Amino acid sequence: MPIKYVFVLRFLGMLLLSLPLSAQAAVAIQHWQTTQGARVYFVESRELPMLDVAVDFPAGSARDPAGKSGLAQLTHGLLDQGAGGLSDTTIAHRLADVGAVLSGRFDRDRAGVTLRTLSSATEKNKALDVLAQVLQRPDFPQAVIKREKQRLIASIREAEADPGEVASKAFYRALYGTHPYARDEAGDPAAIARLTRGDLQAFYRTHYSAPNAVISMMGDITRAEAEAIAQRLAAGLSHAAPVAALPKPAPAAASDTRIAHPSTQSHVLVGVVGMARNDPDFFPLFVGNYVLGGGGFDSRLMREVRDKRGYAYSAYSYFMPMMEAGPFQLGLQTKLEQTGDALKVAQDTLRQFIAEGPAEAELIQAKSNLTGGFPLRIDSNRKILDYLAVIGFYRLPLDYLDTWVDQVNVVDVASVRQAFVRRIDPDKLVTVVVGAGSAR
Amino acid sequence: MRSLWAIGLALLLGSAQASLTDVTLGNGMRVIVKEDRRAPVMVSQVWYRAGSMDEFNGTTGVAHVLEHMMFKGTQTVPPGEFSKRIAAAGGRENAFTSRDYTAYFQQMQKDRLELAMQLEADRMANLVISDELFAKEIQVVMEERRLRTDDQPQSVLYERLMATAYQAHPYRRPIIGWMDDLSSMTAQDARDWYARWYAPNNATLVVAGDVKADEVVALARKYFGVLPTRALPERKAQAEPPQLGEKRIVVKAPAQLPYLLMAWHAPKLKNWAQDTEPYALQILAGVLSGNDSARLQKTLVKTQQIAVNASAGYDPVARGPAMFMIDATPAAGKSVAALERAIRAEIARIQREGINEAELARVKAQVIAADVYQQDSLFYQAMQLGDYVIAGLPPEALAGRVDKLRAVTAAEVQAVAQKWLQDERLNVAELDPQPLSAPARRAAVPGVRHAN
Repeated sequence: MPIKYVFVLRFLGMLLLSLPLSAQAAVAIQHWQTTQGARVYFVESRELPMLDVAVDFPAGSARDPAGKSGLAQLTHGLLDQGAGGLSDTTIAHRLADVGAVLSGRFDRDRAGVTLRTLSSATEKNKALDVLAQVLQRPDFPQAVIKREKQRLIASIREAEADPGEVASKAFYRALYGTHPYARDEAGDPAAIARLTRGDLQAFYRTHYSAPNAVISMMGDITRAEAEAIAQRLAAGLSHAAPVAALPKPAPAAASDTRIAHPSTQSHVLVGVVGMARNDPDFFPLFVGNYVLGGGGFDSRLMREVRDKRGYAYSAYSYFMPMMEAGPFQLGLQTKLEQTGDALKVAQDTLRQFIAEGPAEAELIQAKSNLTGGFPLRIDSNRKILDYLAVIGFYRLPLDYLDTWVDQVNVVDVASVRQAFVRRIDPDKLVTVVVGAGSAR
Repeated sequence: MRSLWAIGLALLLGSAQASLTDVTLGNGMRVIVKEDRRAPVMVSQVWYRAGSMDEFNGTTGVAHVLEHMMFKGTQTVPPGEFSKRIAAAGGRENAFTSRDYTAYFQQMQKDRLELAMQLEADRMANLVISDELFAKEIQVVMEERRLRTDDQPQSVLYERLMATAYQAHPYRRPIIGWMDDLSSMTAQDARDWYARWYAPNNATLVVAGDVKADEVVALARKYFGVLPTRALPERKAQAEPPQLGEKRIVVKAPAQLPYLLMAWHAPKLKNWAQDTEPYALQILAGVLSGNDSARLQKTLVKTQQIAVNASAGYDPVARGPAMFMIDATPAAGKSVAALERAIRAEIARIQREGINEAELARVKAQVIAADVYQQDSLFYQAMQLGDYVIAGLPPEALAGRVDKLRAVTAAEVQAVAQKWLQDERLNVAELDPQPLSAPARRAAVPGVRHAN
């Protein structure tokens, strides 16, 4: 879209993908459960006259039933397209009339809705009314299902032209095999075409229940009001029991997938099944990865692939912590002719890092950046809301924010090295290359 | 994809100007400080009034290439050291180049501003561009072009439409530069650019956060104030001559879905207190696509189901001319031609019947709320200030913006739709998707054999 091309950035940051959590004791999190069993996380902040609310469910694409890939995404997309007898248009207009912004977020683990509203009574109440309808009484109108199926399929088709998207999907397939994480978040067009209204209603009832809900709130309301809002949002949800745990992903076998594409660059992804959000090695892997490929210009991959050789605009690595083990992913994009050379540099960089671990000076630099940059991670309502939602959804300890800096500080060279050796076997890497031709 | 409207709105919203300091140092460098004590952090941005619109044919993209080279060392700070020192202090840093400017920023804890200023002032005056590092970095920039333009069909379409819509004005050239110009660019081109534009009297420092304005100004005097003023080249107006009739292009590129982009030349904001049309055009964009059931979404996506996406956008804050744009993707089985007819019908309806009061009130409510929401981002507040100042608008224009938008009437919206959304001013680009399985395209760099 035109206006987004106004800027050309020097570097597209990948740091946020790992969504590290942090906060000094400045963030006082209040936590309770509603009587229906929804878990609530709240931070009161009176500085700006606004309120952010997020409600998340374990209803991401990993929850798609067999043969119904796309059901979770479609269900999520339909929530605000007709609810409680209000049409999609009425919902959109009621929100806009009070300046409220309703957004969705969706990944393999989570499906959520966020609301940003002014905290003045009239605006806030009207916006929360709409949010309650959307969460509690989606209508799933037949005509709208038909329309949104077409739009979802169109978005999947459109993404097929993007070599980065093609590579990412192939990477998850190669990494996860038969595990639910293998499936694409948006789903499979053929399966989407077959979905029925009954499918959506059943998925909604079993996943969007109060015991599954995590309600996060940040902003200009009192504790008492937060309790009332949470109670009201949870009250109309179903009582379906918490969803079962996802299966544990098996380690992937080494593989090398090459996909032809009419692009001018190859998109290269390399990785293994990495770590879960509650992994005991979280901090050694997270801090260590800063040195390898998470620290932007401070990282070895950027230095070797970009600065020294000019092979790529972006070269990075990250662990994506998920409910079960998410991927460790290393990526770069380079012109077709030098694909093999760039891939080799990246592999060698990874191999050396695993063999030797970080240098003491590199680790000090990583920890300085992470701990010194910590206040930037919690400097807005939006950021704190996102952290509340992660703490709630992944059941992280409530003092997680308070201890984050200390946890980074205790990481040492040995713990990084050992953790990487345990997680990444350089002889068992999954490799995906998307670009013109299919030659190895 | 975010809608054009959402981005346009975001770029334009002003804020209540709580404690703003705006001073000019003796050497001509402007310093703007916005105090905001919500968190113990700050953002520091240095904006140079030199973007791709200041380039010449043959060296397009040099503004952005220089931006990359600004991290490659000075007489006293070795290559890579800038980023390393900022990172060691817990900072985040980056830079961006637009048609109008090049800007550099650091986000850090509030007590680390001095480090940021020291390093920025150093590279304002003492940059070293070596042939060796340039040779590597120009390769990086070409990879960036491949990644973000050449392999993104909608980006290619946008680039080609701009090159068509503007025939004289330098906005016709892509910010990243044409690939051929990048291939033949030299380190001396970058040095020349740096010598021409990187001077304190062509720069504005914007600092926002938990800082004290007088302390920021004192630091700015210490580090930037000592740099000598330099004569800047004369900036000649390069006004785009009036368009004399509709222009259309087709872009063929590997893709799965067609895509349509329509762009009308439109007025920009010049005299913020007296102008009315730019504000009315912004309301018009909101009426067309400011919410999930605004006119384009309601009619094209939901009712007629002729499009899977549609949005409108307009940004009147710029050094050069402005455009009003609509983009859309046709639904399966629908043609781009039919989609264009449907968009034209929506515009004609507003030109003929105007808009209703409920729509007008809805857009204004969004403007007012967004003005509150944007205070949640320190970076964004600094960004807006820089954007306005570079465009030659005073910070008061930002502060007064909400009131100006609230004053827009339904009749004014209808009038600007009638006056500006005319075929004579229209440029249309259609993406004609080519099979993804077709043989790969030509090598993007002349002289490099394709590996297919």
